[in-house]
Amino acid sequence: MEWLNTFIQGSLLGGIYALFAIGLSLSFGIMRLVNIAHGDLIVLSAYVAMVIGQGTGLDPISCLVIVVPLMFALGYALQRGLLNQTLSGGLLPPLLVTFGISIIIQNGLLQVFGAYTHRLQEGAIETASLQFPGGILIGVYPLVVFGVALLALGSLQLLFYRTGLGRAFRAVSDDADTAELMGVDNRKLYAVALGIAMIFTAIAGVLFAIRTNFDPAAGPIRLILAFEAVIIGGLGSMWGTLIGGMVLGIAQAVGAAVSPTWQILAGHIAFLIILIVRPSGLFPRTRD
Amino acid sequence: METVRVERGTRASRIFALVAVIALAALVALPWWGDAGDMRLIAEMAYYLALAQLWNLLAGYAGLVSVGQQAYVGLGGYVLFYLTGALSVNVYVALLLAAPFAGLLSIPVSIAVFRLRGAYFAVGTWVVSEVFALAASLIPVLGGGSGLSLTPDIMREIAPDRADRDMILYLMSLATAVVVFAIAYLLLRSRHGLALTAIRDSEPASASLGVNTFRTKFIIYIVTAMCTALVGGLIFLQKLRISPEAGFSINDWTVVVIFMVVIGGIGTIEGPFIGMLVFIVLRELLADYGSYYLILMGAIAIVVMLRAPSGIWGWVSNRFNIQLFPVGRRLALVDWLR
Repeated sequence: MEWLNTFIQGSLLGGIYALFAIGLSLSFGIMRLVNIAHGDLIVLSAYVAMVIGQGTGLDPISCLVIVVPLMFALGYALQRGLLNQTLSGGLLPPLLVTFGISIIIQNGLLQVFGAYTHRLQEGAIETASLQFPGGILIGVYPLVVFGVALLALGSLQLLFYRTGLGRAFRAVSDDADTAELMGVDNRKLYAVALGIAMIFTAIAGVLFAIRTNFDPAAGPIRLILAFEAVIIGGLGSMWGTLIGGMVLGIAQAVGAAVSPTWQILAGHIAFLIILIVRPSGLFPRTRD
Repeated sequence: METVRVERGTRASRIFALVAVIALAALVALPWWGDAGDMRLIAEMAYYLALAQLWNLLAGYAGLVSVGQQAYVGLGGYVLFYLTGALSVNVYVALLLAAPFAGLLSIPVSIAVFRLRGAYFAVGTWVVSEVFALAASLIPVLGGGSGLSLTPDIMREIAPDRADRDMILYLMSLATAVVVFAIAYLLLRSRHGLALTAIRDSEPASASLGVNTFRTKFIIYIVTAMCTALVGGLIFLQKLRISPEAGFSINDWTVVVIFMVVIGGIGTIEGPFIGMLVFIVLRELLADYGSYYLILMGAIAIVVMLRAPSGIWGWVSNRFNIQLFPVGRRLALVDWLR
């Protein structure tokens, strides 16, 4: 029973990691961009929600109504204004430009908000839980987050396979040059893609900040977790990121069951083992 | 009759060599004409220069964009502190042992991270350094989360009196920077350097021409890991304390180093020096304004990457056709043809 409990809690923890990973996976899948600032954008979303919450008195989840369009606009602008210029020049430019953005966001937040830790307050739902037979307690909030992750992946599935925009995304992902010949405006499409990635980043940022303390330096570890989920699941595989997140969550739950200090390390070790044993991940889709 | 000849050195490089030797001599003599503050600043510049040159070899030439070199900086520090503290090894021996230790550890690490390419390699190296940091904080003999300190006894091994010790540490920093520059220079002039330069310019093309790209990258990864650990040992020998947070800090040992190399000119041997100067000047100018210098460095690096990807030195060298460290070859017409 103890192990079943660890397994369930770990899987649910995987929901938030999958949400972290969706934005990263999208921008890699569509424009082969590895966004090093991804974790910092997650944290930035949390700060934006905090400021809006303080200004309007709204609870964090309601704030999403404002945070999501704001982050979409930021993603669109970032890609249009900055990142599109990096796509033709090989490996270094996108990596270093997003690295620079990451440092600017981190230190900008540090200058504006200081190094204090914050947390968003959502109220009773944070501590509510469901009792199951065998003494298994499942928190309502982790369950909700997991449900949001499923919903997010499902809506992306619909977007990709049922809409014209999704067809254009798939075309550009397969062969950007040919897609352009067929009349796709790649630059605009990439901007929309990062905008959509940022929608999920914003949701992930707010949902994580309700559960976990955050500070300006909280981004990098979020990037690493997202990255591990993407690699474990297999590059470019949407549902793979959910499995990747769950594997990571379960590994961490097992580590935490041994000793709380082992939680994060156990996740990293699981990642490295999978990397060595099965380098293309569990469900590989795209090749880079 | 020979009409053209291949030459490496140029007039600029020979004049520069002379200036560099004079400048170096002046720096070696600094303990006799500067104060302790100058020595600290120059020592810091020296180890940043060494770290920047090592990262440049790795990313600029071998195409291995690691953001996890702090793993080896921290490792070097921890090896030094553990060996001197727990096992009473002589401090110089311990410092030197950091290199083979890092070399050995970098082999299994490379097996994991070499499976990733490009940007994923970058984040993979970062994960490894996180693992190192977490491991250091979990191992009781390494002091856990609070880390280790060097005892006064160990420091007295270097020199009993403080002024002498400062001087020795300063000269060691200077020597390390010179040695790393020399290694980079000699490596790039060797046949491995030719392979490296080819990989820098085009990895598929160099592979198709018979360069063993995997082996070359593997060797560079291990050599830079060893040298980085040595520099790390030296850095923490001067700081006297190490903790997982300080030892494996990505901001201190990798982020600023990457910005230096990019701003100065990645893939050139001179670039890291220019970038290091830009960093130190910015930091000293903006010392009173918190972390704005980092924001500014990041912004400059972005602009450089987008507008002049070969950096300050790349631009200068292209514009005026000068190379201070002649690692390439050029054709020169013999005199009677001119």
